[in-house]
Amino acid sequence: MIDRDEVLHVARLARLKLDDGEVESMARELSGVLDHIAKIGELSLDDVRPTSHVVEVVGRLRPDEPRPCLPREVALEQAPSVADGGFLVPSPQA
Amino acid sequence: MSAVEYEPVIGLEIHIQLATATKMFCGCALSFGEPPNTRTCPVCLGLPGSLPVANARAVHFGLMIGLALGSELAPRSIFHRKNYFYPDLPKGYQISQYDLPLCLGGRLGEVRIHRVHLEEDAAKLVHVGASGRIHGSDASVVDFNRGGTPLAEIVTEPDLRSAEAAGEWLRLLRTTMRVLGVSDVNMEEGSLRCDANISLCPAGSEQLGVKTELKNMNSFRFIERGIRAELARQEAILRAGGRVEQETLHFDPASERITSLRSKEEAHDYRYFPEPDLVPVAIDAAMLDAARAALPELPAARAERFEREIGLSADSSHLLAFRAELGDYFESAWSAAVDPAPPAQALANWISGDLLARLAGGQAVASADGEPGGAEGQGEATGTDPSSSRVSPRALATLVGLVAAKRISVGAGRQVLDRLVADGGDPAAIVQAEGLAAIDGGDELAAIVAAALAAHPEAAENVRGGNAKAIGPIVGHVMRETKGRADGGAVTRLVHEQLGL
Amino acid sequence: MSAPEIIDLSATQAVAEIEAGRLSAAELFDAYRARAAADELNCFTWVAPGADGSPPAERSATPLRGVPLAVKDLFCTAGVPSQSGSRILEGYRPPYTASAVARLAAAGAPLLGKTNQDEFAMGSSNENSAFGPVLNPWDRTRVPGGSSGGSAAAVAAGLAPWALGTDTGGSIRQPAALCGIVGLKPTYGAVSRYGMIAFASSLDQAGPLTRDVTDAALLLRHMVGRDECDATSLGHPEEITLPTAESLAGVRLGVPEELAGEGIDPGVLDAFRGALERARELGAEIHDVRLPHAPHGLSAYYVLAPAEASSNLARFDGVRYGLRRDAPAPTGDREADEDGGLVGMYTHTRHDGFGAEVKRRIMLGTYALSAGYYDAYYGRAQRVRTKIVADFDAAFAEVDFILTPTSPTVAFPLGERTGDPWSMYINDFCTVPMSLAGIPAISIPCGLAGDGGGGELPVGLQIAGPVFSENRLLDAAFALERALGFDGSRARGGAAA
Repeated sequence: MIDRDEVLHVARLARLKLDDGEVESMARELSGVLDHIAKIGELSLDDVRPTSHVVEVVGRLRPDEPRPCLPREVALEQAPSVADGGFLVPSPQA
Repeated sequence: MSAVEYEPVIGLEIHIQLATATKMFCGCALSFGEPPNTRTCPVCLGLPGSLPVANARAVHFGLMIGLALGSELAPRSIFHRKNYFYPDLPKGYQISQYDLPLCLGGRLGEVRIHRVHLEEDAAKLVHVGASGRIHGSDASVVDFNRGGTPLAEIVTEPDLRSAEAAGEWLRLLRTTMRVLGVSDVNMEEGSLRCDANISLCPAGSEQLGVKTELKNMNSFRFIERGIRAELARQEAILRAGGRVEQETLHFDPASERITSLRSKEEAHDYRYFPEPDLVPVAIDAAMLDAARAALPELPAARAERFEREIGLSADSSHLLAFRAELGDYFESAWSAAVDPAPPAQALANWISGDLLARLAGGQAVASADGEPGGAEGQGEATGTDPSSSRVSPRALATLVGLVAAKRISVGAGRQVLDRLVADGGDPAAIVQAEGLAAIDGGDELAAIVAAALAAHPEAAENVRGGNAKAIGPIVGHVMRETKGRADGGAVTRLVHEQLGL
Repeated sequence: MSAPEIIDLSATQAVAEIEAGRLSAAELFDAYRARAAADELNCFTWVAPGADGSPPAERSATPLRGVPLAVKDLFCTAGVPSQSGSRILEGYRPPYTASAVARLAAAGAPLLGKTNQDEFAMGSSNENSAFGPVLNPWDRTRVPGGSSGGSAAAVAAGLAPWALGTDTGGSIRQPAALCGIVGLKPTYGAVSRYGMIAFASSLDQAGPLTRDVTDAALLLRHMVGRDECDATSLGHPEEITLPTAESLAGVRLGVPEELAGEGIDPGVLDAFRGALERARELGAEIHDVRLPHAPHGLSAYYVLAPAEASSNLARFDGVRYGLRRDAPAPTGDREADEDGGLVGMYTHTRHDGFGAEVKRRIMLGTYALSAGYYDAYYGRAQRVRTKIVADFDAAFAEVDFILTPTSPTVAFPLGERTGDPWSMYINDFCTVPMSLAGIPAISIPCGLAGDGGGGELPVGLQIAGPVFSENRLLDAAFALERALGFDGSRARGGAAA
């Protein structure tokens, strides 16, 4: 139901590296799950509104008042790689 | 055989940073050049477990923008997640709006608005070059100070037909946002950003061409040049029988080259879905009233008031209304109760002409002799705001009043203005101190006229003979003798009197 | 008091003893700390190194009097590892504390330790933890349930007086059932989610795992509340009170055939029916109700939850915290090098940092949201959710509460269900509909059942009510608990010296 190419495409979208063996088992496992899930395709749901939030509330806006920020050392504390007061990463291509 | 005519079809996508005190989804104060990563918190750093809460003032500003553009305000709008990976996106998604934005439709000038929505800004990525740390490849440093700043995204319909029209409309949008007070809208500082969607369609055809997206143009001039370059590129392709590719492009102003920004990754699939951590924004009467009450007079309405109620010419009204700083200065001067009071049009002309010329270093917009209009100057880049000069509105009003009442000549007036620009002060005092009061009659002037006539007998003869233009050297002589203080009309009258005409 | 006597006290009893001066909070903390430190069930990923730091006088003025709390690993606790059971967050120490935990600490429940869990709360057996599985104190060859397996086992084994867990599709209720204790999932929005490392935002809720219903009420009372840091938090319109009901006269109980028949193990069904008898004896009316879309709940859940998770877990990219794996150096081979640099850092970090189940759900969720599939999967699942909400609304017009078995089985052997994902997912089919509807539900132990493999293992009874019905729910559960007389002390015996 989901083939190798689709698995590779989705893995790319999710920035997940999959070893060759993992691609096969992922395709198999996902297909199995999707087979079960596919049953919702049989339901008649045309007039039904989707639920994005079970909570029936709106608004909940925040007043525009400053709150204390983290000290820089704390912000950078858990960073794997730091330089020039910031988080060091490989440059994006292009 | 005539070649097919192609018509440009241009739409703009503008992002403006909102001038709130704090970020869109957290309470960090907005950053203006602080050291990197000193304006962050668990929310805007995307730490595990953190949650966004929307800024009420950002919504308020969004409503003001919608009202100013005549948009429909959605009674209920929601936030969506736009998912993609990039180091300047700490959560791996941007919180934005998708199919239920804050505002739909509207119009500004000749261009229809498609939509306006709220979202958060990305952080800043600074390239640091080959660092040797990661296999010798290039590295970047991420600063999250900017991340989370509130943005309003304004998307137009593709109603623009030329690069110039786009530039002009963008200036109009910028003035409008500035007047609203919702943003600094400064392209150099990044609080105003503009991308363009560009295509060509054969004249008379209904079929739209393939459109490209031009990004990363960070000044008005670059935008116009970039659009022009892209139109030329597309036309060349079409005339050669080729097809324009739909892609994202970058304009390099130095080389005027257009290059593709398409990376080796596939086109983004943003997988939009409603943001579960935020509840819908519902506009109630109180919010609408507050937004309406906060609306200042917008340029179009101000221009109309200048024309209708104050009696300025259409061109002067438009100029002063659409350059807010000039309009504000004019109104301050106009409402300063000075005696003699300056006529409105004269005041407008002095502001847009001689005053602006002195402040901008020679780029006059209109002369003080009353010829209004002319192309808008390049003032937006140099910030010629008369209110930041030494010439107070009251001082200018006084000056124009004195000239209009012929207490000083136009020439003397310009000298006074030079003094005001340099040192500030009060025109009446300057006139007094430098002896610039007009000489418009009396024995002193009569004597000087007589001397001028004696010094230029041929000119005097020609004038007596009916050649009005010959009066030039005589008037010039009088002006030199009086250091420009003589009133031109009075001199002419005395010359004719003394010549028996 | 001797140590065994101390740990025999329920949390509510301990509060009373401390208040009466017969027990000191320090003694209580030390007794539990010693047991937690000697844990053989792998319940804890971190145990407090010494006595709670706050001065005794301060603690004694609080409602919870210093009775220590075990907290599921995914709650951020400042300066203390908060890893959500994952290698990608191994050793991560957040700079802030989750609102629910802070609230409870202020109420006088200090941190005893962080408990083990399925990675990112994805699992029903606690076998998906990067830090090893948790063992069920009733039978150490079996799973405790998940994802709050560590919290449930700790309470059942007497290693903690009470614990905090989270429930997204059953992750409090199901392990409570498998470990023979009480677990409550509150109304969505009653407790703040700020500081809970997210799995599925529209479903996650924090809740208590306790020895009895009274303890659950006491802990819940001090957890609920609107939080300005969580826009979806509602708090609770009522103060949560300690239950006192002794009868169920006039209470209408609904049993939905969709969740109380097919697919449930015979032993579990027997215990469930026995509980229904007790309820009748207490004066309750038992009615049949229909929840027609409940059978599709699992499918909808396994689209919505992974979809939200795929987005929530995108922040684990090696940039700002947690594990980072750089891509290998360029070799000149174009295909291999395509996966280098920044993209390589992302893909290698996430490959090494996430376990198999998490990867599966990220893939599933990404697929369900991707172009061309959104309407068929995510869009449909949201509509199924609407139908399930409507089903419950209709049912609650007829009955006060809905009763089902919590889990279709008793605790199963380690390794039995790790081969096929859906066989693990099916453990949640009775609990998932309540999560989708956002309604409160409690699991209380209602008996023991064999599974043919020898030994008798706990069975859980689930009671669900309309939104914000916690007080009445707790009362009904309390009355039933008294009548059922389940004794869980056996599990407390053999867990630690």
